[in-house]
Amino acid sequence: MSWETVIGLEVHCQVNTDTKAFCGCSTVFGAEPNTQTCPVCLGMPGQLPVLNTVAVDKTILTGLAINAHINLESKFDRKNYFYPDLPKGYQITQFTVPIVEGGYIDIPTKDGGEKRLGVTRIHMEEDAGKSMHEGLDAVSHIDLNRSGVPLMEIVSEPDMRSADEAIAYLKQLHQLIRFLGVSGGDMEKGQFRCDANVSVRRPGEPFGTRTEMKNMNSFRFIKQAIEFEVVRQIEIIEDGGEVIQESRLWDSVKSESRSMRSKEEAHDYRYFPEPDLPPLRVSQQEVDAIKAGMPELPGELRKRFETEYGLSSYDADVLSQTREISVWYESLVAAHPADPKRCANWLANELLGRLKEAGKDLADSPVSAKRLAGLLDRVGDNTINGKSAKDILDDMMESDDDADAIIEAKGLKQVSDTGAIDTIILEVMAANPDQVAGYRGGKDKLMGFFVGQVMKASRGKANPGMVNQRLAELLKG
Amino acid sequence: MDIDVKKVAMLSRIRLTDDEAAELGPQLANIIGYVEQLSKVDTDGIEPTAHPHDAAMPLRANIVTNGNRRDDLQASSPKIESGLYVVPKVIE
Repeated sequence: MSWETVIGLEVHCQVNTDTKAFCGCSTVFGAEPNTQTCPVCLGMPGQLPVLNTVAVDKTILTGLAINAHINLESKFDRKNYFYPDLPKGYQITQFTVPIVEGGYIDIPTKDGGEKRLGVTRIHMEEDAGKSMHEGLDAVSHIDLNRSGVPLMEIVSEPDMRSADEAIAYLKQLHQLIRFLGVSGGDMEKGQFRCDANVSVRRPGEPFGTRTEMKNMNSFRFIKQAIEFEVVRQIEIIEDGGEVIQESRLWDSVKSESRSMRSKEEAHDYRYFPEPDLPPLRVSQQEVDAIKAGMPELPGELRKRFETEYGLSSYDADVLSQTREISVWYESLVAAHPADPKRCANWLANELLGRLKEAGKDLADSPVSAKRLAGLLDRVGDNTINGKSAKDILDDMMESDDDADAIIEAKGLKQVSDTGAIDTIILEVMAANPDQVAGYRGGKDKLMGFFVGQVMKASRGKANPGMVNQRLAELLKG
Repeated sequence: MDIDVKKVAMLSRIRLTDDEAAELGPQLANIIGYVEQLSKVDTDGIEPTAHPHDAAMPLRANIVTNGNRRDDLQASSPKIESGLYVVPKVIE
């Protein structure tokens, strides 16, 4: 009999505000340790938290984007535990009445359909500081710059039935939060971290005992950790044992999980209402205003790119990855309306590739949409061939010149004149009599050699289509 | 009302001797028992009180108002190294 996997996910996502959740400290990543703290986020006595309005708006926006219910009145609670990176001795969170409840995320399925995965709630809370243990003997080091940074905790229903579904959900969510501009989502910086609740059962039976895999920040590790945990639990049950409900930590070096029993003992958070914060009230008008400002979401955008511009699902996917890319793409299409597919190819493959190599974001692209469109116009009217266009784009990355100026200066105008091309072909044939004889003797593959030689002799400027056509003609003899 | 005094003390990071725990147990049970009377009140149809002040929460603008005051803020810390707080080793 087979086993069914049941997975629920909790995602901690950093809300990208300028300041912390409850004080006016900066949230800039990578500052000198403990330079972005104040009495509030250090938990000094008598300090009072005041909630950041943008953290509220962005959490509401996220809720609206997953079709959730927004609680116009929500509450804050204290979650109590001792750890050196939590200076107050409690975390301010929303336990009883979160700001967002319900909602869902649709993931693509293998058969081309969609599966709807429920979201239980999104609540607002604050992050802890950072503890460092590596290379230290009897002590740990604490940096509290992250203490009090606003988080959204996004809790799913136990709706996933495989590691792949869990990853698909996380990828959709990850794309969504970046698209909405509510989080940087940088997993290496811990801005998007995941806890996975995993259990197994016989199909149709009640849920089995679950374990919680804590604090993972890479899609690959999450998948490995879930798959490892499923095998571990099935082995325990098939050997006649029982799964213990516990937190486990994924060790990505050893590719195995281990129990965090030490943490288990202290798992008594004694939640109670946060006396320092009255209820958070938002008006329906405010919620409506946030909804009105919501951008077109990735799923809708992907579909529109496919139908409106005739893009492949792959290209549509790449160009709807972030709002920035989609906006850039549409301004490129506006400037080069003749061929939206060409725009897609050149943005997705050529420009983004070059930017990645240079370690730059699209926002810092030295080539504007207008300048790239100028280049694509010349590809479109056959002034230059694809090879030259790529070289020109390389030049444009380094200079402010537009395509026409570079074509002129470098003499890259494509040669489409039959006479000129024939002259080059005849020269190449005269210089390679053995290959000509070979080709005529049936070695068709030599065509590639001749095309290469002719392109080289024309310094890349010959129209490749015409070269192929004229070569076939002249080689016949 | 039975209270695991040792556990409560551990959660609060308070060190208690067995004698102290034995003494505190009945006292805590008394307090809880007294407050427990509230559970007899019929609260059906009564909206839970979230906060004694019936005020909505004021919000803060998303503007940095605090600069780097590390030296002042760390002045009362027992041990600092390279700007980091030094604490007894904590490990998962």
